[in-house]
Amino acid sequence: MKPDLFESPDYYNLDDLLSEEHKLVRDAARSWVKRAVSPIIEDYAQRAEFPNEIIAGLAEIGAFGPYIPEEYGGAGLDQISYGLIMQEIERGDSGVRSTASVQSSLVMYPIFAYGTEEQRKRFLPDLASGKKMGCFGLTEPDHGSNPGGMVTRFADKGDHYLLNGAKLWISNSPFADLAVVWAKNEEGRIHGLIVERGMEGFSTPETHNKWSLRASATGELIFDNVKVPKENLLPGKNGLGAPLGCLDSARYGIAWGAIGAAMDCYDTALRYAKERSQFGKPIASFQLQQKKLAEMITEITKAQLLAFRLGQLKNEGRATTAQISMAKRNNVDMALKIAREARQVLGGMGITGEYSIMRHMMNLESVITYEGTHDIHLLITGADITGISAFK
Amino acid sequence: MKILVCISNVPDTTSKINFTADNTAFDTTGVQFVINPNDEFGLTRAMWLKEKQGATLHVATVGTAAVEPTMRKALAIGADEAIRINAEPTDGLFTARQLAEVVKNGGYDLVIAGRESIDYNGGMVPGMLAAMLDWNFVNTCIGLEIDGDKATAVREIDGGKETLETKLPLIIGGQKGLVEESDLRIPNMRGIMMARQKTLTVMDPVDMEPGTRDTQYEKPAPKGDVKLVDPGNLDQLIDLLHKEAKAI
Repeated sequence: MKPDLFESPDYYNLDDLLSEEHKLVRDAARSWVKRAVSPIIEDYAQRAEFPNEIIAGLAEIGAFGPYIPEEYGGAGLDQISYGLIMQEIERGDSGVRSTASVQSSLVMYPIFAYGTEEQRKRFLPDLASGKKMGCFGLTEPDHGSNPGGMVTRFADKGDHYLLNGAKLWISNSPFADLAVVWAKNEEGRIHGLIVERGMEGFSTPETHNKWSLRASATGELIFDNVKVPKENLLPGKNGLGAPLGCLDSARYGIAWGAIGAAMDCYDTALRYAKERSQFGKPIASFQLQQKKLAEMITEITKAQLLAFRLGQLKNEGRATTAQISMAKRNNVDMALKIAREARQVLGGMGITGEYSIMRHMMNLESVITYEGTHDIHLLITGADITGISAFK
Repeated sequence: MKILVCISNVPDTTSKINFTADNTAFDTTGVQFVINPNDEFGLTRAMWLKEKQGATLHVATVGTAAVEPTMRKALAIGADEAIRINAEPTDGLFTARQLAEVVKNGGYDLVIAGRESIDYNGGMVPGMLAAMLDWNFVNTCIGLEIDGDKATAVREIDGGKETLETKLPLIIGGQKGLVEESDLRIPNMRGIMMARQKTLTVMDPVDMEPGTRDTQYEKPAPKGDVKLVDPGNLDQLIDLLHKEAKAI
């Protein structure tokens, strides 16, 4: 793997819009990725293994629950800081960002937003420090884009709940200490339950042979008559809106994260195009390569503006689900297209592990599918502007 | 022990250097500023002293409000307090004079400054500061141990190292070797959060006229094309080296 020479593109001087603290948080995450992620990530991805050694570092830079209040172990940062941290981590690898997104938005957020004070105090500090890792169980083998159709159920057995069912495509599941699981009660209403490793009947088999997010652990959650203590139910919110609220937060992080992957591909392609010589001159002097690079920086700049404005709306509590869908869809699609174009700029070198581009490209195939597919997000925008849902 | 680390706010090493249209000033547009690397080695060494031996650690700089992010980073890394002398650091003498005032009034035992800043590479401030204060001084310092009021410092010399014994109060002109690059601290989230509460004092400068004034900047001439000389034509090579490259 080549040394990480990344230089962040900022074509519209967006740094001027960031606060001193935003930049401090962003630069710390950027330095940490250069030091701790870039040198090792290609090797882990090639071996399809999650780099456990970086968990402590992720916690140190505030990647776990940056916007969770300090009293629960979070950093009490704003949404733009959260986005910037996700951007920098995904600049390293989408799989590592996925681990951080899941921990922050899909595990810590529901415990913070829907949990009791006792649950917050019990779980959040250990999740913020990385002492405990979590995962999120919503998707099922037969229910992906339609999570409301889930069949995982729990029954009230007096002093406990009895949970049965299975979840699939669960990031972090193979090593998670706890899972925030969404299941229907006897009346068919969706509730969140905290299922802890070690509970009888709870297993987390790993999903192997992925061509994407290879440095991230993905697996299943299987519940075979799992007795869940009653105090592990999240009482604050129920119905499909509860898990979708978590997804809003995670999708927001992805909208920023994808910019990181795109910036890394662009920066690599630009550097390569200036150094690689054919026909006696750098390939950056050819119009076809300039077109690719110019379009990349244009799209990155647009995506940065979209994410920044969405961050302002999130900070004010005004970002809608549909607005978040638009940013997630646009920015991930942008990143995937840039990864493909950047790969072409590098020619044959682009397919090797010497450069990060092909890894980003393969990762982004998952990112464009998870947390709401590219198509579903388009239909969310469609439903929002017409008032007519095309999928319900 | 009370330590002061002097910090210079310098362009990141990857910055593209440009000057204003009339070539009289450095154009800071789009330039990212960082803690001067020689100062950062000193800051990290000071953090070790703080953590292992117990010390109060202050950082000081001469600069306008634009340098505050750099000072906030030093606080996030672990300095207890920051001091900014509110003035443009026009030259080494001016900067040293301002810092001397901070040292005189601060009750410090040890001052660590980078042996030079990587922007203008003057390399004057630590020496001038030592002269103004009449303190012991070790420049190009690559190792430092403190035991009570005794200090053992290692200095880089041509082809080797020199170990010196001296006493506090002491001024160090530090560089890589005090700690290694892999030892440099990345601010963690707890540090960033704590930095919010830490004091950053802004002081007025001591009134003095700068001794020098920048009149013009000039970039090095761009590299010309490589000229290939036939191995059999050494006379041409010598001619080129003499007349064009002016190397011999």
